[in-house]
Amino acid sequence: MQLKIVARGERSRFWSYGAPVLAVLATLVVTGVIFALLGRNPFVALFTFFVQPLLNQDGIPELLLKASPLITIAVGLVLCYRANVWNIGAEGQLTLGAIAGGGVGLAFPDAPAGLLFPAMMIAGVIGGALWAAIPAWLRTQFNANEILTSLMLTYVAQLLLLYLISGPWRDPEGLGFPQTAEFSDSATAPLLIAGTRLHIGVLFAPLVAIAVQWILTRTVLGFQLRVVGYAPRAARFAGFREKRLIWIAMLTSGGLAGLAGLFEAAGPVGQLTADISPGYGFTAIIVAFLGRLNPLGAILGGLLLALSFLGGDEAQIDLGLPNAVTGIFQGVLLFMLLGADLLVSYRVKLIRNAKPAPVAQLAEKHP
Amino acid sequence: MNVDFLLSVVAAATPLLLASTGELVAERSGVLNLGIEGMMLVAAVSAFATEDITGSAALGFAAGALAGVLMSLLFALLTLTLLANQVASGLALTIFGTGFSALVGAKFVGIALTAIPKFLFGIDAVAYASLAALAGVAWFLFRTHWGLVLRAIGDNQDAAHALGYPVVRVRTCAVMFGGAMAGLAGAYMSLSYSPLWAENMTAGRGWIALALVVFSAWRPLWLLAGAYLFGLIMYLSLYVQGLGVHVPSQLVSALPYLGTVVVLVLISSDASRGRRNAPACLGRPFHAAS
Repeated sequence: MQLKIVARGERSRFWSYGAPVLAVLATLVVTGVIFALLGRNPFVALFTFFVQPLLNQDGIPELLLKASPLITIAVGLVLCYRANVWNIGAEGQLTLGAIAGGGVGLAFPDAPAGLLFPAMMIAGVIGGALWAAIPAWLRTQFNANEILTSLMLTYVAQLLLLYLISGPWRDPEGLGFPQTAEFSDSATAPLLIAGTRLHIGVLFAPLVAIAVQWILTRTVLGFQLRVVGYAPRAARFAGFREKRLIWIAMLTSGGLAGLAGLFEAAGPVGQLTADISPGYGFTAIIVAFLGRLNPLGAILGGLLLALSFLGGDEAQIDLGLPNAVTGIFQGVLLFMLLGADLLVSYRVKLIRNAKPAPVAQLAEKHP
Repeated sequence: MNVDFLLSVVAAATPLLLASTGELVAERSGVLNLGIEGMMLVAAVSAFATEDITGSAALGFAAGALAGVLMSLLFALLTLTLLANQVASGLALTIFGTGFSALVGAKFVGIALTAIPKFLFGIDAVAYASLAALAGVAWFLFRTHWGLVLRAIGDNQDAAHALGYPVVRVRTCAVMFGGAMAGLAGAYMSLSYSPLWAENMTAGRGWIALALVVFSAWRPLWLLAGAYLFGLIMYLSLYVQGLGVHVPSQLVSALPYLGTVVVLVLISSDASRGRRNAPACLGRPFHAAS
């Protein structure tokens, strides 16, 4: 008996929805086993990780608060990955968005909110887009691999932030901590619901997802992006300008990551510090895949992974586990997603009495 | 210029050379493993824990290599058996490795070990071994039958399969070798370069190693040059900070990352050079139809 992988010939509709569900279930099992290995009751631990955060008083608002940067960034990444542009430096673009937008907020603390906050948002978008423009330019002009350049620039962005907050932008009254002064009221993201930390940035995430879904499915630009990703040769024969599409994908995803960064800094964090993001830019990569590279799917993916951040905090407090558990959950989930994707294009067949075919025997004798 | 300078450059270059030598073999067989950073981190914490418990640096390095191999098998299962996207699978390996190493390593933060002893001329044995490994890889790739087979599989997987060569098995071995070398690189970080464990202590070296393979245009001798060039840049960024010159330390720390970008641009802009050597099937999944 032997398992054999056979191509289906066309993509399975059932499994393109079933695979992510299967992957999430498998991840829960693996996470449970890891909890058990760490000496915790797996059922209690899974409950603490995935359910407890939602039962807290602020559970749902906090979930939305964490999901919105993930969704905003992931939607931009979906656009990139569909076009086979591998921007994995969203974390750096987020950082630059926070620096640029936060910088505007710090420079004009007394400007009226109606003017200042939109200006900060625009600066955030521009900051992120400019940071993404570097790998875009290097890819289109010099053919440099955008995976490596965008990632390297993430390290540079984080060092730049560290430099600013411990040097020129450091709060003189901050007791020497590497952080800026807190944003003034008019430079802080307006709250949606008083008493929670839910700010207007949360509204942007679904809007952005719908807009990008519309672009991908209903516009010529979206069609071109998808063709470049699926069949680059066909795109070339059709005369699509590949460089232009790379620019559009990179600038859009960079701008969205920058916007998410600005909302983090001017929202829940309230100042520029070294910890404006717990790795949203990297987690958004998983969100994009969990959503099957579909902007609306990214909304669901963002909510699940936001839960994993809350669960990590909960597990740290209640179970005494390091919150690195979040990273493990996310890594395992991405493994499972990628593995389960096999079922979309291939069928796993059980073959009885598998004997090597005659041709294969011949090849073994004469390698 | 003094001896310390040379020794520091060698120490900074060795992990880069180890990891990129492994990746060179994997990429020559047609597999792009972006998970070096994750393999290095898991190996670094495994090696550190092993030496802390057993007191043996040799066992530490063995544990590091083993951890790297196990991580690479996970990658091989995904990309070679389950035909998953190699770019995304490599990222998954790094994300998982970062989280896993932080979880396991939480117990070991703040413990310091003694660095491994020097072997000859103030340089430890692993640094010599990294040079020997590169020479061995160069000999294997270009002077042996199976080296030729490995390169053939990387250049034309379908033709190699038609000739009866075991594409998936050779690639699995190449990926495991890459894992073992990344494991040694990680172990070198936590047992010799800075003998302690800290979260994310590899600080992007796995990614720099990947860039070095591109920089070398998949040729061993250029890999050596690249690793030592970056060893030099890393040393300089530490050295300048030590001088007390009025340059912000964070900006100097960004030098290796900016250097990587610059090097990639210089190499990639000469497109013909890269294309001549790049394995033609790099990153492509292989599924034997029959």
